[in-house]
Amino acid sequence: MARVVESKKACTVNPLKMSQPLGASFAFLGLDACMPVMHGSQGCTSFGLVLLVRHFKEAIPLQTTAMNEVTAILGGYENIEAALLNIRKRAAPKVIAICSTGLTETKGDDVDGYLVTARQRHPELADTEIIYVSTPDYVGAFEDGFKHAITAIVKSQVKPLPVVAHQVTLLPGSHLTPSDIDELREIIQAFGLNPIVLPDISGSLDGHIATDWRGTTLGGTTLEQIRSAGASAFTLGIGEQTREGAEALETIAGTPLEIFERLTGLACNDRFLQRLSLLSGKPVPAKYRRQRSQLLDAMLDGHFYTGGMKVAIAAEPDLMLALGGLLHEMGAELTCCISTTQSKAHALLPADQVLLGDLEDLEIAGKDCDLLVTHSHGRQAAERLNKPLLRVGFPVFDRVGNAHKVSVGYRGSMNLIFEIANLMIERIAHHHAGDWPITPEAQLATKRLDQRNDPLPSTPLAAASA
Amino acid sequence: MSVSLKAKIAEVFEEPGCDINQGKSEKERKKGCTKQLSPGAAAGGCAFDGAKIALQPVVDVAHLVHGPIACEGNSWDNRHSASSGSTIYRSGFTTDINELDVIYGGEKRLFKSIREIIEKYDPPAVFVYQTCVTALTGDDIEAVCKRAAEKFGKPVIPVNAPGFAGPKNLGNKLGAEAILDYVIGTVEPEFTTPYDINIIGEYNLVGELWQVKPLLDALGIRILSCISGDGRYKQIASAHRAKVNMMVCSKSMINIATKMEQRYGIPYFEGSFYGISDMSETLRQIASLLVKQGADAELIERTERLIEVEEARAYKRIAEYKQRLQGKRVLLITGGVKSWSVVAALQEGGMEIVGTSVKKSTKEDKEKIKEIMGEGADAHMIDDMTPREMYAMLKEARADIMLSGGRSQFVALKARMPWLDINQERHHPYGGYEGMVELVHEIHRAIFNPVWQQVRIPAPWGDDGESLGAVTPTVTTDHLSGIAAKAMGLEPEEIPA
Repeated sequence: MARVVESKKACTVNPLKMSQPLGASFAFLGLDACMPVMHGSQGCTSFGLVLLVRHFKEAIPLQTTAMNEVTAILGGYENIEAALLNIRKRAAPKVIAICSTGLTETKGDDVDGYLVTARQRHPELADTEIIYVSTPDYVGAFEDGFKHAITAIVKSQVKPLPVVAHQVTLLPGSHLTPSDIDELREIIQAFGLNPIVLPDISGSLDGHIATDWRGTTLGGTTLEQIRSAGASAFTLGIGEQTREGAEALETIAGTPLEIFERLTGLACNDRFLQRLSLLSGKPVPAKYRRQRSQLLDAMLDGHFYTGGMKVAIAAEPDLMLALGGLLHEMGAELTCCISTTQSKAHALLPADQVLLGDLEDLEIAGKDCDLLVTHSHGRQAAERLNKPLLRVGFPVFDRVGNAHKVSVGYRGSMNLIFEIANLMIERIAHHHAGDWPITPEAQLATKRLDQRNDPLPSTPLAAASA
Repeated sequence: MSVSLKAKIAEVFEEPGCDINQGKSEKERKKGCTKQLSPGAAAGGCAFDGAKIALQPVVDVAHLVHGPIACEGNSWDNRHSASSGSTIYRSGFTTDINELDVIYGGEKRLFKSIREIIEKYDPPAVFVYQTCVTALTGDDIEAVCKRAAEKFGKPVIPVNAPGFAGPKNLGNKLGAEAILDYVIGTVEPEFTTPYDINIIGEYNLVGELWQVKPLLDALGIRILSCISGDGRYKQIASAHRAKVNMMVCSKSMINIATKMEQRYGIPYFEGSFYGISDMSETLRQIASLLVKQGADAELIERTERLIEVEEARAYKRIAEYKQRLQGKRVLLITGGVKSWSVVAALQEGGMEIVGTSVKKSTKEDKEKIKEIMGEGADAHMIDDMTPREMYAMLKEARADIMLSGGRSQFVALKARMPWLDINQERHHPYGGYEGMVELVHEIHRAIFNPVWQQVRIPAPWGDDGESLGAVTPTVTTDHLSGIAAKAMGLEPEEIPA
C-alpha cells in the first residue's frame, strides 16, 4: 500500500529510468518481420540499440529518421517519407513501427498526418503496415512506452471477429524475458488453450542461430496473429502496463480481461492456473501440481536466508511489484523502493513508500540494507557499498543468458527464490576463534585470589561491558 | 541552432590539418563536410554522443547532460575508459527534463543541478552537455554555465554539441573545441620540464595508456596531460606548457593539436600505440621532437636502447604463437588509424590479411596500408562491406577470424566463426609492446578454442536451426545485399569517432 513520492532533486544522478521510445521499440521487436524506427536524431536510436545489443547479445534491427538541425525546425515529413521508402527497399519488413522522440515531439511533428500523406504519395507502401506511437522522451519511462506501443498495435490492427472458444490473448509486460513468455505459453497450452502472444519477444530475442541474415526482426507475433486476436475468448494481461492494451481489446472486440499484477510467488500463480482451468474447463495438469509442491518446499528452504532481510530495490513499477511481492512473502522487508514512473502497481506494493528517483537514492538508502535489487547500472553502487546485487530487468549487460532466465510460474518463482537465497548464503559471515573474547572481568574471575593484586587496566571494552 | 554553434561548426570544418579540406576550393570549403544522413538507412551516434565520448574520459569532473532521459538514461556507463583515481566520470548526471521544462525552459533546473552536484560531489569542474530538445527550446547553456561558474567559484564548461548538429565525428571535434575555449591555458602547472608532452585522442580504453606510460616514465618523459584518457581537469588546463603534442586519433580531435600549434607553438605529430613497429616509431618521434624543442640529445640514444630491448622481448613472446598462427587469414573491419596499424601488428604475428576496411580511413591511412601490405594491397582494401558479404566470407571460410567492433560480432558468431573485439567495448588492452603480445595471444585463444568444432557439428536429424522464413523479400536480392549494414546498425565502426 505504498505512497508515491516524487524526487525533489533537480539533477538525476545515475539514472534508473530509460526513455519511452526505447520501451516502445522493445515492444515492436516482438512483432515478426518488423522494423522499429525512432523518429529523432541518430543518437536517440544508437543509444537504445547499444543497450539492447548489450542485454540480449543479438543483432537488433532498429532504425532512425536521422533528423538534423534543419529538419528539426522545419518538420520531419521528408525524413519519415525517406525512412519508409529506404527501409521498405532494403529490408522489406511487413511492419514499420515509428516511435516519436523528445526532439520531434518538442517541434510537434504531426506524424499521423505525415503517414497519410506518405501513403497517398507512395502507393508502393501499400504492402507494408505502418504503426505509429507517440513517445516523447521527457514524459514517462520505458514501461510507459511499451504500454502505449501495445495499445497502438491493438488499435491499428485488431478488428472484432467471431469468438474462437479456445483462443486467448496473452499480453506480457516488458519485464518478462523471452523464456518467461515461453513458460507462460507452455502453461496455457497445457490446458488445451491456444494463446496469441502480443508482443512475443520469445521468437525474436531468444538467442538462436539462423542460417541467413534478415534486415528485420526474425520471429515474433505475425500480423495474422495480431489480427486474429479479435477472435480471442479472453485477454490475460501480465502486469499493470498491459491494462491499457487489454482494455483496448475489450473496446474493439468485446473481449473480457483479467490483469495479473504479477506471476512470481505462490498465490498469484494459483489464481492464474485457476483462471485457465475455468476458461478451459480442464483441471490443473499434474505437472503443475508437482511444480507447486516443489515451490512450497523451495519457500521453506529459502526463508531461513530471506527472513528479516532488508532490501533496497530500484525497478520499473511492474517488475518492482513482481519482485517486491515475492520478497515480502519470503519475509524480507522492503526498506527502500525506487521506481521510474507513476503506475497503479505501486498501490499494491507491500512497502511504505515508493520514490520516483534514481540510483543515487538507492545508493544512499542501500547503506543499511542486506541486498540491492536493480539492473546492471546498480553495479557501481553495489561495489561501493560492498553489498550483494540481484540483477533484474533491463538492461543487464554484464551477465550472459538474460533471455533464458525464467521467473514466472511455479518453476520461475522457485528459481528466483534460490537465486536470492544463494546470494545471501554467499554473504553469511564466517566467525573466527577470536570473535568472542572473554571480558577482563570474567578473566579476573577465573584467577586465584592471591593473584588478584594488580588492578586491571581500564579498557573501553571493560567499561562497555561494565 | 545558435549562431555561435554554427560558427563553431564552420570553424571546425576549416580544419587546416585536414588534407581533404585543403584540397577543396574556397567555395567548396565553405559548405563544410557534413553529409546528410539517410533516414531509415543511418546508423551510429550523434554529435552529443561524440562530444561525450571525447570528453568523458576526463575522470575527475562531473559530466552533466542537459536534456530528456533518453540522452543519458539510455547511454550511461557503456564504455571501458579506465581511471587511475577518481571515478566520478562514471556517474550519470542528467537534468532529466519534463514537459514543463520543455514549455517554460530548463535553465533553472540546469542551474540547480549544477549546484547540487557541486554541493554533493565537489568535483574540480562540471561539464554541461547540450542536447537536441534543450537546444530546440532555446536553453542558453553558455549563459547558465557562466553564471554558475561565477556563483560557485568553479569552472563550469558548456559543451555545445546537440545531437541533431551532425554525426558522432563532428561531436568529437565540438567537444575538443570546448576544451580549447574553456580549459586549456587556464591553469599553470606547478613545474615544467623539457620532457613534457600531451597525448591527444587516446581514451585509455581498458587501461591501454598504462601499457605505454611506463616506457615514457623510464625515459623521463612526462605526460603533462592526456586528452582525454585518464585525464585530470587541472592537467588538461595546464596542457599549454607541454613541449610536444602527440595525436593518437587524428579523426577525432585534430583541432586541439592544430590550434595548440597556432596558439602556443607546440609541434604535433600523429602516432600510434598499436603494433610493435608503430610503437617504436612513436617513441622515436617523441624523442626527436623533444630534442628539437630543447631536451638533451642523449634522449635519442636512450630511446633507441629501450626500443631494442622492448622489441626483442616482444618478438620473443610472440614467437611462441607465430608458428600456430602462420597463414591464418584475418578479416579486419575497423577504421581510421587501426586499418593500417593493426595490419602491421597482425603481419608481425605471421597472419595474412584477407581484407581491411578503409571506409573511415584518410588518404594517408590508405597510403600506409599500401606501404605495409605491398603488392596487391588494393585488392584487400574494402570500402564498404555489408554484413551479408562479411557473413558469406566467413561462412565460406575465406577468413579464419574477424576482428571488428561489437556491433558486427554477430555476423561472425552466427556464421560460427571466431571473432575478436578490437573496438571500444573490448576487455583486453592492446597498447604498446605489451598489448601487441596480448592481441596475438587473444587471437590465438579465439581461433583455437575447441568450441568452434562443437558448434559446427550438424544436427543428426538434419534440421540445423533453419531460418523461420519471417521475411519474404519483395525486392531483388541485389537490393537486399545492402540490407543489414545500415538497417541493422551493423556497419563497420571505428573508435573513438
